[in-house]
This record gives sequence, structure tokens and C-alpha cells, in this order.
Amino acid sequence: MSLRIALGHDGPPLDLDLALPAGEIVGIVGPSGSGKTSLLRAIAGLLRPRRGRVAFDHDVWLDTAHGIDRPTRERPIGYVSQHYGLFPHLTALENVACSLLDRPPAERDAQARARLAQAHVAGLEERRPRELSGGQQQRVAMARALARNPRVLLLDEPFSSVDRSTRKRLYVELKRLHAELSPTVLLVTHDLDEAAMLASHLCLMQRGHIVQQGPTREVMTRPATIAAARLLDLPNLFEGPIQGTSAARRLVFGPHHLEVPDTGAFASGRTIAWTILPTRVLLHRVDRPSHGERENPVPAVIADLVVLGDDVIARLAPAGMPEARLTLKVSQHVAERNALAVGRDVTVSLLREAIVPLETK
Amino acid sequence: MDWVALRLSLALAAVTLLVLLPLGIVAGRWLATTRSRARPWLEALTALPLVLPPTVVGYYLLVALGARSPLGPAFERIFGAPLAFTFTGLVVASVIVNIPFAVQPLQRAFAAIPPDVREAAQCCGLSRWQSFARIELPLAWPGVLSAAVLTFAHTLGEFGVVLMVGGSIPGETKTIAIAIYDRVQAFDTGGAGAMALLLVVISFATVALSYVLSERWLKPAKR
Repeated sequence: MSLRIALGHDGPPLDLDLALPAGEIVGIVGPSGSGKTSLLRAIAGLLRPRRGRVAFDHDVWLDTAHGIDRPTRERPIGYVSQHYGLFPHLTALENVACSLLDRPPAERDAQARARLAQAHVAGLEERRPRELSGGQQQRVAMARALARNPRVLLLDEPFSSVDRSTRKRLYVELKRLHAELSPTVLLVTHDLDEAAMLASHLCLMQRGHIVQQGPTREVMTRPATIAAARLLDLPNLFEGPIQGTSAARRLVFGPHHLEVPDTGAFASGRTIAWTILPTRVLLHRVDRPSHGERENPVPAVIADLVVLGDDVIARLAPAGMPEARLTLKVSQHVAERNALAVGRDVTVSLLREAIVPLETK
Repeated sequence: MDWVALRLSLALAAVTLLVLLPLGIVAGRWLATTRSRARPWLEALTALPLVLPPTVVGYYLLVALGARSPLGPAFERIFGAPLAFTFTGLVVASVIVNIPFAVQPLQRAFAAIPPDVREAAQCCGLSRWQSFARIELPLAWPGVLSAAVLTFAHTLGEFGVVLMVGGSIPGETKTIAIAIYDRVQAFDTGGAGAMALLLVVISFATVALSYVLSERWLKPAKR
């Protein structure tokens, strides 16, 4: 089962073709103006794309080629917009009950109460939206969106207007509700950490295109293009030629020659763009050498050092490359044990498998 | 005191309200939500009675309702009575003159409903009618109230158009505003003064009532 979306539109621009796994939380990440909200609105039927097809499994919601366009109210969706769109003149209970108008009135009330309890806002049934905190409003909106048992739950930056501690509680809540009801969730956010934490599938969007999509871990650790690496905010973007024969290929990195995997992306004679995650730059320990140290060792000097919470981010100037900066991220205790300090000489390994080739398009 | 004229004025205001309010709600909502390029032109058209002198509106209405236009005789054939110089003709004139007073507050009220609230209604599976009756109309309630009050009070006070279209037939088209004018023309300042004072009291009470209501009922409905 999957949610298939193919869209073409001009204002705002959209040009994409996606198949998303059903029953998962899908994170849609991109800078503002990348078309994330428009994508959700097109799935909901709130935006009429110039051409497109949206289908959940065999259930077609939109097919411009065949004149199919089911109105929003007939699509099995739940939608939570950035400011929730709660009905200001109705109580929390009435807000949720509005999603259940197709049920008999007696059942409606009981169901709405159950949904509010499920979203952990029992006891606030008679309050109007303005009498609720931001987090409570979001829970009511979530209860209302889930009341109709939607197959697809569309969440547009649902955590952006609550404070940090509320946000963390709401993350847990979303995960719990998803585990209980397992709808397909599309979560739009500009916060990559949020998406990485909540989503099992990730789509990177830019200017109406899908830059990359796939299982979250894979997208986060193996960006396919420079654009994806930039969207993931990866610091270590380099370029260099591949030399040698297929048996012993080397990626030229200043004066260093790095072993690379024997795959087509590293074909000899090409100049490639590549990256390595700051967490995968292997720091050689001062006290005890480790197994991987023989692989692609690069001596370097620590150019600067920043402590961010439990993490230490060091920017290294590799030997013979005073202009280049290689970013390394280690936990604070590792930094302390190895006495990392600005100006110190260290050696790191850029393991073969950690070097990610990037397409330039 | 001309009680007949007062009763006629109140009846005219009530009938005008009954006819105009539903039309105003439909027109106001449409103007608030449409993306049609014709919108500014139609908005200008609805505002026209505000800026034209009553004699101009009255003149065109008289021409349109009169015996030489297609409309007048057609109406007379169907309903057996003419439009000009009758209460029905007065209602038609009054509805047209009051369009801006009804449509503008309604349009503003519907336009003030946040788009995400409107869209949430669709996402909740509400039909157009359910969305209108349960969400939009209750939220536009302040606009409905102010449209009703303005239309009612303005009809009570309308003079020029009523004189042009209705003349001054006692019990048929002689409203209180015209009765006051008649009294002044006849140098009966006492009678004119009494009726003027009564009109001030009624108008004040109507407008004040709307403020009291909006104070009491509408505040809790705000976001």
C-alpha cells in the first residue's frame, strides 16, 4: 500500500512524482517556499494543481487526465494546519464533533469525548479555543483531525507555534497516536532534527521538486546530490578527481590519496563531489590505536573548536590544505579524553565506506 | 402625531430587512470569497447608492418601475397592481438604496473569517451548507447584526428616494420622515417636533440595542 502523488503546478511551482509508504510517518523537509505546504494542500484538495494524480492504494482522489477531482470533504484525510484552524466559536468538544457529523448525535458526543481523551485533553471539553494553551489547541486539532479515522493525516508545521517543552511532549504524543492508530502521516517541517526524530521516511524538497526521498536514516547519512547535502546542512562538501585503476582507486584530497569503494560512482578519471558526515570522521585516539586507523589516515590541525551541549564540533585543517576545513563531531567526553584544543595536531581516518559520492545535478 | 406614518415606516423597515438580509448574506459572502476579476466593479456597484443623491436613484427607479418601462407593466400584469407610488414599489426602492448598508458589513464579516478555519471545515468533511450554517454564519454574526441594524435604522430615516418613488400617499407610501416634512411645510412645528423626537428615540434604541447585544453575545465568540 502506498500514497502516490504526481503533481505539476505553476503558482506555487510544483513538479514531483512520489510514492510514499503507507502507515509510516513521512517527514517533508525543505526551506520555506519549497512547496511543502502546497504539496499537503494538493493532497487535501485545497489546491487544484494544473495537472496531477493523487491515489491512496487503488483509491484515486485526483486525476486531472481523467477529470477525477474528489472534493476535500470526500477525501479520507485529517489536516492540522500551522495555526490549527480551530473553530473559534465552538468548544473543544464541538470542534471534534464537527468531524463526526455523519454519525448519529448520541454517538457523536461519546466519540468526540473519546478522541479528546486519546489526545490527552480530557476535562477541557467545554473550553473554547481561546481558553486553551497552544499545546492544548494542537491536541484538540489533532483529535479533530483523527476523529474521522483518516487514512492520511496531513500535519503542516504542527509544532511551530508551541514552546520547546510543550513541543517535546507533543512529539511523544504524535508517536503514541501513530503507534495506536497507524495512519499514514505526512509531517511538513523546516526543522530537520524534528523530522529525523519523528519520521521513518524522509522527503527533501526544494523549489517544488523532491531532491531526495527514502528511509530517514539512509537520506540523512547518504545524501545523493549536492543539493541534498546542502539541505541536510552537511559541512564537509569537497571535490576531487579519481585516479588509479579499478583495483586500486584513489580519491585525491589535496596531498592525500583516499581509498574509495569499487563502485561506478567512483569511476576512474572522473572528478566527483563528495561528503563525509562529521560524526563519521574517525578520530585516532591518543591512548589506544584502533582497527580502522590504517584506512585513509589524514593528519590535521584543529583550527577551531565549539562546544554545543554534549557535542564538540571541531574544524580541522588537513595537512597540506590550509584553506580546507574538515568538520568533526564527537561527544564531549571523547574530546576531553583526547585533549582536543585549538592548534593541536590530530589524525583522523576518512573510512572508505563513509565517503559519500554526490551527484552534481 | 401621525401613527399611520410611523406604522408604515416600521413595516417598510421590517420588510426591507426580511428581503435584503438573505440577499446581503449571499452577496456579502460571495464578494468576500470570490477571486473573480469582476469583484471590484461589483463592489463599486453595491456602494453606488451611498454616493448618488437620492433624486438620481429615485429618478431611475421611477423610470424602471413606471408604466413606460417593461418592468412596471409586467409586474402589474402578474400581481394586478402597479409598482410606482405603492408600498411594494417603496420596498423595491428601499431594498436597492440599502444594499451598501447590508452588503458591506456582511462582506467584511465573511472576509474576516480566517482561511484556515474555512478550510478546516472542508477537511472535517462538512458539506457546503453545514460549513455555512455551523461555522461561517455564526462567525459572521456581528456583521449580520450590524447589517440588520443599519438597514432597519436607515430605512426609517430614508427620505429622498421614498419621496421620489412613493409620493406621499397616506397609509400607502407616506412614511414618518415624509410626514415630518409635511408637518413642517404646514407650519405645524409641534407635530413635526414630536415625530422627529420619536424617530430619534426609535433610531437610538435600535442602534444602542445592537451595541449592547454585541457587547454581551459576541465577545465570547471572538478568538
